[in-house]
Amino acid sequence: MTTVGIDCGAKTTKTVILRDGQVIGKGKVLTGFDQGEAISESLGQALGSAGVSREEIRKIAGTGSRVNAIKIADTQINDSDAMAKAANYFFPNSRTVVDVGAEEGRAAKIDANGNVLDFAVNEECAAGAGVFIETMARALEVTVEEMGRLALKSAKKIPMNAQCAVFAESEVVGLIHAKTDKTDISRAIHDAMAGRIVSMIRQVGVHEDVVMIGGVARNPGLVELMKKELHLENLLVPDDPEFGTAVGAAVVAAEVCLKGR
Amino acid sequence: MMDEQKQEFWRWAESNWKDPDMDWKDAQHVTVGIDVGSISSQAVIMVDGRIFAYGNRRTGFDSAKSGRNALNYALELTDMPGDRMDYCVGTGYGRVNVPFADRSITEIACHARGANFIYGPWVRTVLDVGGQDIKAIQCDEKGRVSNFLMNDKCAAGTGRGMEVFSELLGISVNEVGERSFEYEGAEPVSISSTCVVYAKSEALRLLRKGRTTEQVLAAYCEAMATRIYSIVERLGVNPEFAVTGGMAKNRGVMDRLMPMIGLERMTTKWDPQIAGAAGAALFGYALCRKGKGRKK
Repeated sequence: MTTVGIDCGAKTTKTVILRDGQVIGKGKVLTGFDQGEAISESLGQALGSAGVSREEIRKIAGTGSRVNAIKIADTQINDSDAMAKAANYFFPNSRTVVDVGAEEGRAAKIDANGNVLDFAVNEECAAGAGVFIETMARALEVTVEEMGRLALKSAKKIPMNAQCAVFAESEVVGLIHAKTDKTDISRAIHDAMAGRIVSMIRQVGVHEDVVMIGGVARNPGLVELMKKELHLENLLVPDDPEFGTAVGAAVVAAEVCLKGR
Repeated sequence: MMDEQKQEFWRWAESNWKDPDMDWKDAQHVTVGIDVGSISSQAVIMVDGRIFAYGNRRTGFDSAKSGRNALNYALELTDMPGDRMDYCVGTGYGRVNVPFADRSITEIACHARGANFIYGPWVRTVLDVGGQDIKAIQCDEKGRVSNFLMNDKCAAGTGRGMEVFSELLGISVNEVGERSFEYEGAEPVSISSTCVVYAKSEALRLLRKGRTTEQVLAAYCEAMATRIYSIVERLGVNPEFAVTGGMAKNRGVMDRLMPMIGLERMTTKWDPQIAGAAGAALFGYALCRKGKGRKK
């Protein structure tokens, strides 16, 4: 059985093709201003990479902050459910999952079947979301990837006073003017970001195993600092974590099909 | 050309002023208040409790220097030597960074005291919208604080939030007020995000859909007013109501805020941005009169 999960997010739109419990195709494009176009393009990419035709698909599930733009979806899955199913799919022992994307973050406590028991969400504030890191990288004039690497090189903890992304940007510019080392500034930025995400996770409690998905999980510097902050040996991140909720949506679609039988 | 000087839309007008009729030479007490904020710094020089001169400048990266710059800006209009002051009080976000101040006093106290002076003793609620925070203060007829509420965690509704938008839309901060009403006939639009970062993306989407710069600016001014109102409302408003800080000069936000509050705001001949520094100078003056001034 083949199902599709589409996650139309603030920054990118991701599509995965799931066949009999295996991800066999993926597509990712920038969401941009024309969401409909991004959706069909990412679906096209995913079908192409899987070598699957539209007719073979049993069900398409949509999720993400721009879910309403996914007109081709047969069903809509809310972000928390998709996230929880994804964590369970990648790591069956996961009990806490956190998903941080470009403009939103959420954390959930989940059971052994990937059902949500409790959740916390941030959709209103850029602090603690991917745009925070991007804005700071721009101020520091390095790429996000580079900034993550720089952060890992610093042993110095400089506290950031600002929580707000707008104020933090001014603070970073101030630190640059004060000739603070770029590695230390990067560390401060990542510490601030990690702190915000961790406080969201604490709202649902830290139950191992802890899984992180979403594009922000690609940042090794941040994941390292979050581990420290959470006092964890391990923070599990799947390959291509930005496809997490799309996978979760495809899994839910498959479950719905099976129940329908 | 890449390094061509680009226009800085956020740059508001700095100012200084001196009372043409006042003489400092017979003064008993010359006191100075320095308000170092995140975006602007003011210095008010008082001669026996009356405003003699002031300077209002942008804060630089060095807050110690910024206070000095504002003071020099005021002094340059006068023939008063820099060391004539008897007492100096620092206030504001960078108040601990005014090396020449004799002491520092919180900006909440200074704004209430300063508003009492520049608007008169009838003021009971002071709204201060500065570069980096929003303060709502209730005070008595002496300008003493009875209650206050402050938001300094989030840029929404602050001067910095306005600057971000003036840069985004390419409209000078000084023109925001007028321009935000120049959308005649066009249907109004709204911006629903509180977060400045998200409001920016929302604004870009609106522009892309063909909304005019003025419509988007109007929507943002409305969003800022709504945000500010939510803070004022939580504290409660007792008349008379006065606004201090740079935002008091922004008609785009103020003319949208006042109908929400349902009151008229008080008017003053003074620059509402100097309230904090004026309050600081008055505290200095009170100390001097009690003989608690600087030991000479």
